[in-house]
Amino acid sequence: MEGSPTRDFFLGLFVLAGLMALAYMSFSIGGLQYKGTGGLAVFATFDQIAGLKPKAPVEIAGVKVGLVKSIRLDDTYRARVDLDLDKELKLPVDSSAAIVTAGILGDRYIQLTPGAEETYLKAGEQISYTESALVMERLIGKFLVNVQDKSQSKTEQPKADNP
Amino acid sequence: MISRLGRWAGGVLEELGRVAVFAGRIVTVTFRPPLRAREFLDELFKAGVLSLLIICVSGLAVGMVLGLQGYNTLVRFGAANSLGAVVGLSLIREMGPVLTALLVTGRAGSAITAEIGAMKATEQLDGLRMMAVDPIDYVIRPKAWAMLVAMPLLSAMFIVTGIVGGYFVGVGLMGIDGGTFVSSLQNAVDFHDDVAGSILKSVIFGTLVGLISTYRGYTATPTSAGVSAATTSTVVLASVLVLIFDYFITALWGV
Repeated sequence: MEGSPTRDFFLGLFVLAGLMALAYMSFSIGGLQYKGTGGLAVFATFDQIAGLKPKAPVEIAGVKVGLVKSIRLDDTYRARVDLDLDKELKLPVDSSAAIVTAGILGDRYIQLTPGAEETYLKAGEQISYTESALVMERLIGKFLVNVQDKSQSKTEQPKADNP
Repeated sequence: MISRLGRWAGGVLEELGRVAVFAGRIVTVTFRPPLRAREFLDELFKAGVLSLLIICVSGLAVGMVLGLQGYNTLVRFGAANSLGAVVGLSLIREMGPVLTALLVTGRAGSAITAEIGAMKATEQLDGLRMMAVDPIDYVIRPKAWAMLVAMPLLSAMFIVTGIVGGYFVGVGLMGIDGGTFVSSLQNAVDFHDDVAGSILKSVIFGTLVGLISTYRGYTATPTSAGVSAATTSTVVLASVLVLIFDYFITALWGV
């Protein structure tokens, strides 16, 4: 077996397959970018981000166009979300950003809706129109309060009518 | 009682010191020419290529069982679409590096100890010394380095075959959408948080297993019983240390 061509062939194959597995793991699954971070950096502020996390995807019409770079609190106690978008993306200045949920309990992501203006956002500018995340607990709370109010105003009604 | 404990602790410290000196000797001869590339490639063949089959079969089996178990658990919460994330994250962060290290310990680590131990028992190491060849340079170094290089490659292959197995069960048998599986996998796994940690783990495990198996062989009692005891102790010690190190790597670096 000492240095036979067959052994060398299999060894080469092994190393190649191992490196390919590493590369697949890093680039395809892990999403390692080799082009560097030179994207379009814009930001948006929200009243409530409710579980949006850095690296969450940013989508337009369901197509991923970038990701959330960082999230912090600004001076007015609103959440400032920095986005890293594709460099080629031309985003009108009156575009809006909304935090939405994939499915009822899924991950949060940002959905951009392009506006109609002819001028485009430049790096470092703000997406001014935003729509905050819906907080499930708050919705349920409002719903329960409404139900309670109704049931109190109609005390004559039998209880079975209430959901 | 107390003095026995003290003696035991002293013995452990002494052993640790010997291992450290041994590791130091491997490191000091590492870049000393001749580099013995031929021997290194031989060892890489033994540790890597010959472990390939067991790694791929185990990876596939583990991935398939993860797919099945994950599906059965997730479907209760209506979250079966996250199966890709569950399979991928558990393979990359834990299963891949740890199970690969355990399998390679049994498959190649024991063989290394037995080989070096037998060389010692038949006085081949002394023969090398007689010819002014340092056995650490000629015998130990290629084996330890081959283990260190083979481990991340094998672990990566374990993970990829495991993901294929999970995909097969989730998409092929359970009927999850293939695109959903892959996108949940890609969204959940991050290079810096998960993949880099996985590679770091397998490199540390490779160092550990390589060091223990060569050290145990090198210090084996030169008898048949001594070689067999050394081989057993390699498998036991390396497996336990891999699991303990795994906990501390995860706790310290969160991978």
